[in-house]
Amino acid sequence: MSYLADVGALARKDLLLELRARDTLPAMLLFVVSALVVFHFVLPAGSSDLAATGLLWVALLFTALLGLSRAFTAEREQGVIDGLVLAPSDRSAIWLGKALSVLAFLALAEVIALPAFALFFHHVDGTLIAGVGLADLGIAAVGTLLAAIAAASRARELLLPLLFLPLAIPIIVGGVGASVADEPARYIGLLGLYDALFAIICWASFEYVVTE
Amino acid sequence: MIRARALEKRYGDKRILRGIELEVGPDDFLLVTGPNGSGKTTLLRLCAGLAAPTRGELELDISRGRVGFVAHEPLVYRELTALENLDLYGRLYRVPERRERIGMLLERFGLWDARHARAASYSRGMLQRLALCRAFLHEPSLLILDEPYSGLDAEGVLLLDRELTERRVRAAFVVATHEPERLQHFATAKLALT
Repeated sequence: MSYLADVGALARKDLLLELRARDTLPAMLLFVVSALVVFHFVLPAGSSDLAATGLLWVALLFTALLGLSRAFTAEREQGVIDGLVLAPSDRSAIWLGKALSVLAFLALAEVIALPAFALFFHHVDGTLIAGVGLADLGIAAVGTLLAAIAAASRARELLLPLLFLPLAIPIIVGGVGASVADEPARYIGLLGLYDALFAIICWASFEYVVTE
Repeated sequence: MIRARALEKRYGDKRILRGIELEVGPDDFLLVTGPNGSGKTTLLRLCAGLAAPTRGELELDISRGRVGFVAHEPLVYRELTALENLDLYGRLYRVPERRERIGMLLERFGLWDARHARAASYSRGMLQRLALCRAFLHEPSLLILDEPYSGLDAEGVLLLDRELTERRVRAAFVVATHEPERLQHFATAKLALT
């Protein structure tokens, strides 16, 4: 129970920081809507729904990357990560609390992005929403760990995309497959498997990322 | 609590510390001195368990929940208030009667009236006072302090002197400072880095 209390306290702190500073979520919202508007004008008239769905995933992926690039800014710039690492709580709680806040920001961005997509392109069905939800879990799990690694580096803006995009390929394969395939179940399964596998790996390895 | 033998720390090709021998027991007060760049901060980070040595032996016979650490940075979120920062640390350290203890520390360090102000609006001295509140919050058995007087005004210096005098009987200390004369009377051992 105390582990979950630590996770809750850390996630709540991140949401409070965002409420105060408002430096991540508004940027994510503006970016995803702008990207969809640009894609709306880029796609030639009469283009297939498949192409539009693919572009939705591009927009969501880069929106997530934008959010992840800010995930550990306060901890690194203000040195707070040392204070959190020294606390007696399990260090994986730092990862889980941060991943939950990243997940919340992604979900909020998509609450705006998916209706905007429906407005500009085509309707959004249940399998697309399920795919996006499962993809969010994987993005939050893997992205939070990689954001912590990148935040420790001077070239963090460069490093995060280089680390994250290759590991996000299975998420995109699963997400696009779940959105457009006739039988989306196997892609949903792939996303679920990816989420479970990488959540365990990230949870277990976070301690080694935040200590020298 | 801390035992180091032939301790060495490198960052890449740069050697920061070499051949450090030290031992800190429950009643000890180790004063670490040395010029800028001599490795004081690195040594304190090693003692706190925030970094691992490149070579040598380092035994930390204390759980990290019993360590209080004051660094160059106050280790607080600038967008949170003093109360919110200390509440977060109090939860993570499972401090009993957290609110009362936070209130008492804020009162003692003269931050009570500014408890609802964001740390971003604090002066350097107020941030240092908040950092000290954070480090003392969970009644640590080992206090690792890096330039604890940094940024404090005359009143803050007196507050910290009083606090160190009180805590000296129930905690061990490792303190890095440029002003060793201020802490000379507490010290049981000294380590001069070059």
